[in-house]
Amino acid sequence: MFDEKTLQIRSISAHPGGAIPGKGAQRTLEVCKLMDTTTCIGCKACEVACVEWNDLPFETTTFDNTYQTMPDPRWNFWQLMRFNEVQRTDDGSLFALKPGEEQTGTLMWIFRKDQCMHCADPGCLRACPADGAIVQYENGIVDFQQDNCIGCQLCVSGCPFNIPKFNQTTKKVYKCTLCSDRVGQGLEPACIKACPTGCLQFGTKEEMKHIAENRAQQLREHYGFSKAGVWDPESVNGTHVIYVLHDVTQPELYGGLPAKPRIPVVYTAWKYFLKPLGLATTILGVLGVVFHYVSYGPKRPQPEPPQKEEIRGQR
Amino acid sequence: MASAEPLRRVPPTEHGGFGRTVVYEREVLRHGVGTRVVHWLVAITFVLALVSGFAMFSPWLYMWLAPLFGGGPLTRLLHPWFGIAFLIAMVFLLRNWRDVMRWGADDRRWLRRLRSYVTNEEKVEPEYVGKFNAGQKIWFWTMVISGVVFLVTGILLWLPGAFGRTAAWISYFFHDLAALVMLGGFIIHIYEGTAAMPGTFRSMVRGTVTEEWAWTHHPGWYRETTGRDPAADRAAAEREQGPGA
Repeated sequence: MFDEKTLQIRSISAHPGGAIPGKGAQRTLEVCKLMDTTTCIGCKACEVACVEWNDLPFETTTFDNTYQTMPDPRWNFWQLMRFNEVQRTDDGSLFALKPGEEQTGTLMWIFRKDQCMHCADPGCLRACPADGAIVQYENGIVDFQQDNCIGCQLCVSGCPFNIPKFNQTTKKVYKCTLCSDRVGQGLEPACIKACPTGCLQFGTKEEMKHIAENRAQQLREHYGFSKAGVWDPESVNGTHVIYVLHDVTQPELYGGLPAKPRIPVVYTAWKYFLKPLGLATTILGVLGVVFHYVSYGPKRPQPEPPQKEEIRGQR
Repeated sequence: MASAEPLRRVPPTEHGGFGRTVVYEREVLRHGVGTRVVHWLVAITFVLALVSGFAMFSPWLYMWLAPLFGGGPLTRLLHPWFGIAFLIAMVFLLRNWRDVMRWGADDRRWLRRLRSYVTNEEKVEPEYVGKFNAGQKIWFWTMVISGVVFLVTGILLWLPGAFGRTAAWISYFFHDLAALVMLGGFIIHIYEGTAAMPGTFRSMVRGTVTEEWAWTHHPGWYRETTGRDPAADRAAAEREQGPGA
């Protein structure tokens, strides 16, 4: 699958204590996919490249009067171009185009490449109860290991982007691997390789962030998009897929991209703090009954044999 | 003392002639065959659901418990079915004990003296303690309520595709919480049913208890079933045992 020398593991799902193999052993740069939504032409070459490289079986798609291949990603369709029609004001702010309402701004057709965001703090990995079913590499890629997956689908509820998809036949969950097999060999992901406009770029997080910020500045200063910016949400400590948006204050318009993605609190406070505490308390219960027997003894049916002496308290 | 000859056979009226309970001299029938079978069905399915569930409860238990069921994927596959089996058994137990487990003023009285019960201050239970004391009733109703919580949250967790992600993570919390409460009660239940009260375990396997056990731990129930006075019978037994008591 991957070259262990180039993909060092940072964290493993449901892995109790102990050292994570390879952690911190080598210096690794964080990788990042950058999508500039302002230069995408919606050709879907990335979709095709993804299906092809990963050898995913293709199924019939749904046609619902849009250019979009299907409503949501599937277990065998890991990345999806989302097509949306919105309006723009003169200063470049975006707002929704509601059916039946009169159009007041300039019509815009916007595209977003939707797939796993490879969060720095992955909700799927936090939610997963199976040891090693989800790993996060030092380079930021979050990868599902289907061999260890138990098919409980808690990752589905832990993900703020609704990305992991369950396969009913294999009872495993699948999603974008950020082409960890290619990246491990020093290649760029398949979607990046296929992009004809250069709206998709791949490199280190630092470098991509720099390019994205420059592009956003250019959009603000020279193209009239006064609210252009980079989407890299702090609420999950940043992602390893970042976007340049025409209007960074309205990410929801890009096919439901959340402004502040959040991991459900049960997978943080409850799972990592209160649950172990609850379990420890129950173990105290076992000790409790053992020491109750030792210090107070059983209740015997009466009458019991005559008592010779009763000793109270410690002696 | 106790004769080896069975003196009285309890007609197997419950559950249409299945099984047999023999009550010897100086014994009282406590749990009929039907009750015992249902109890152990609940117990077995409960333990299976509990152990397979705790495999997924904490990463610290996963490696220990998942192999018992053939690994993680199989544990996940079986757990909901163990749960369903447990709930079906619980329905029968509920039908069986619904009336006798009814909460009353005497149970509130019993709870006020919980401290002296735990520290064994009094050797004999008060006259008002019937077939089940307040502690046993609390355990029973905790099981019933937790069962309902398990059913609702379990189905939401089982089929997240149908009910959505929010329903799944909220259920995750309540499913866990109910499991912790059940585990706590389970530990106490086993202790009280075995080591803490000698002579109790046999009531759930062969169905009977000694008269001494009955008038000591459940005097109200002793009066009800035998029609005799528990305190007087106990005093008589003490006299029989001789001086020094």
